[in-house]
Amino acid sequence: MSPSTMAAAKKKPDTPKGAAKSDPALNMELLHSMLLQRRFEERTAEAYALGKIGGFCHLYIGQEAVSTGSLSLLRPDDYVITTYRDHGQALARGMTPRAVMAELFGRQDGCSKGKGGSMHMFDRNLNFLGGHGIVGGHVPVAAGVGFAIKYRGGDQVIICFMGESVVNTGAFHEALNMAGLWKLPCVFIIENNRYGMGTALERASAIHDIYERGAAYNMRRAQCDGQDVFAVREAVGEAIELARKEQAPTLLEVRTYRFMGHSMSDAVSGTYRTKAELEEYMKRDPIVLLRTRMQENGELTDEQLAKMDEDIKAQVQDAWDFADASPELPAEALYEDVYADTHT
Amino acid sequence: MPVITYRDALGDAIREEMRRDDRVFLMGEEVAVYNGAYKVSKGFLQEFGEMRVVDTPITELGFAGVGVGAAMVGLRPVIEFMTWNFALLAIDQVVNAAAKMLYMSGGQFNMPMVFRGPNGAALQLAAQHSQAWESWLAHIPGLKVVAPGTPYDAKGLLKSAIRDDNPVCVLEGEMLYNTKGEVPEGDYTIPLGKADLKREGDHCTIVTHGKMVLVAMQAADQLAKDGIRVDVVDLRTVRPIDVDAIVTSVKKTNRAVVLEEGWELCGVGAQVVDYVQRECFDLLDAPVVRVHQADVPMPYTKSLEKAAKPDLPKTIAAVRKVMYLD
Repeated sequence: MSPSTMAAAKKKPDTPKGAAKSDPALNMELLHSMLLQRRFEERTAEAYALGKIGGFCHLYIGQEAVSTGSLSLLRPDDYVITTYRDHGQALARGMTPRAVMAELFGRQDGCSKGKGGSMHMFDRNLNFLGGHGIVGGHVPVAAGVGFAIKYRGGDQVIICFMGESVVNTGAFHEALNMAGLWKLPCVFIIENNRYGMGTALERASAIHDIYERGAAYNMRRAQCDGQDVFAVREAVGEAIELARKEQAPTLLEVRTYRFMGHSMSDAVSGTYRTKAELEEYMKRDPIVLLRTRMQENGELTDEQLAKMDEDIKAQVQDAWDFADASPELPAEALYEDVYADTHT
Repeated sequence: MPVITYRDALGDAIREEMRRDDRVFLMGEEVAVYNGAYKVSKGFLQEFGEMRVVDTPITELGFAGVGVGAAMVGLRPVIEFMTWNFALLAIDQVVNAAAKMLYMSGGQFNMPMVFRGPNGAALQLAAQHSQAWESWLAHIPGLKVVAPGTPYDAKGLLKSAIRDDNPVCVLEGEMLYNTKGEVPEGDYTIPLGKADLKREGDHCTIVTHGKMVLVAMQAADQLAKDGIRVDVVDLRTVRPIDVDAIVTSVKKTNRAVVLEEGWELCGVGAQVVDYVQRECFDLLDAPVVRVHQADVPMPYTKSLEKAAKPDLPKTIAAVRKVMYLD
């Protein structure tokens, strides 16, 4: 079946606006998830400036509709794998702010015991298969998880997040070819935030509608607005359904924008993008878009919003305090977890 | 005891493990329909089907990563590289993913998988196809590196590698596939990380592994005719390395030669010499001598290739040198 036939065969779900109206409780959950990521990362930046967090630290602010929209659709037994810009997705998948913050602080109560840090959030219980630090390297791993699902005859799916700069790596193409060839239940989500570090997409990719790269692998492909959580849910929902029911992959380009620098070590704007451009994109803040829609629909009062924000800020403060109090692993842990004990 | 080839010993190991555990599968280029580039997996497709014997495109980085992903969620992949020379395209998955996953996830995701294929020079395959990678791989914490030198060791070590809950690189020898030896039928394993004293002698130690085990044994035979008794320590596993076996032997002989296929600088032999100087400094009767490939890319030219490779005459000369016989 060709990708276009597959796309045509799918029934269109409700429009985003309809979805927004239909389920106020869900919308409240989505807003909470996105606002938690935002407030969490605002404090992350503060902790980094205070020296409580070291190394590389890549913030997700501006892209929260992608993590929340996508992961709100997954079952607990589905899988998630992502890049080094992983705090938001870890929270959206259900990791506690305490576990993520303690990991950022490098403490033993972190989700990876403090040995992974910002770029390597893992949680086996949530099937969260990690933040990975080599651009493109995790995409074949996602294909491998898809292979394992098919091998076992399961109906799970894996969502693989990546930045748009990944599409120029060999690993991306090798993985997508196998996923297309073997029909693996993978949802490849390109979070196109326009810049691979400081290099604009147009300066890095020979084509600019990068979802079209899926054509080379006979793969269903689509594009959606990454600032609108309902648009993300609609597009990812179709991809998940295809993966679950027909074990076929999708390449989905989600157009978004990061409001912060590439990492904590570069300016938010200046050399590679203008302040004016940044301000233009910030008018489409995904949290403001959702909040406004809910307020227009009469689903959210000012009091409710203030209360939610207050609770989230308290939760993030609790995470900070918890992380600060958590010890680093003892010295003997240096040599632990290099090898697993073999029991087979 | 049946006498079979190294190739069939490897095939038996994988087949028996696939029968024993349905999480084990074989993936790589030409492993299924073609019966394996070196026929290790002959008949596998018919027995196990295409889900468990998987032909891949020529896409080393990709299928090594598929193995990593499958291992992360509990399968036990055996990833075949047609040669370890091609594995360089996949080294990010071997080093950055497989070797580090357990550690950087704080102990949550172990990687029960095998990367295997022929390693080292064969005959006149020229520079890109004639390289020994064990010192590269052994450098990496998180990996185990195994180099069987005989059919018996090939089966027992590969079975242990498949059952191990860590990523294990198995370095086979293209020139060994047709060699024969006694191999028991049925199940047995050889522990990883333990060396094997292949020959006992008290005059000089030869520390070696993989394909060079055969050369060391031939050297020991020849030297015996001159009354020189050689201890041959086959490391079997390069990481973890059996320091005790090396030290025990050198304490007995007071002399050592280290024989390997790879290049000199930062080679496995360099590490062996380090252990010897640390543990046996006052016991050595001569400086340790190393035998290795010449420090050049492998030439195609027949006579130059011979000059570049470690071989029997060079090994005998090295032993005679540490014995002060020449």
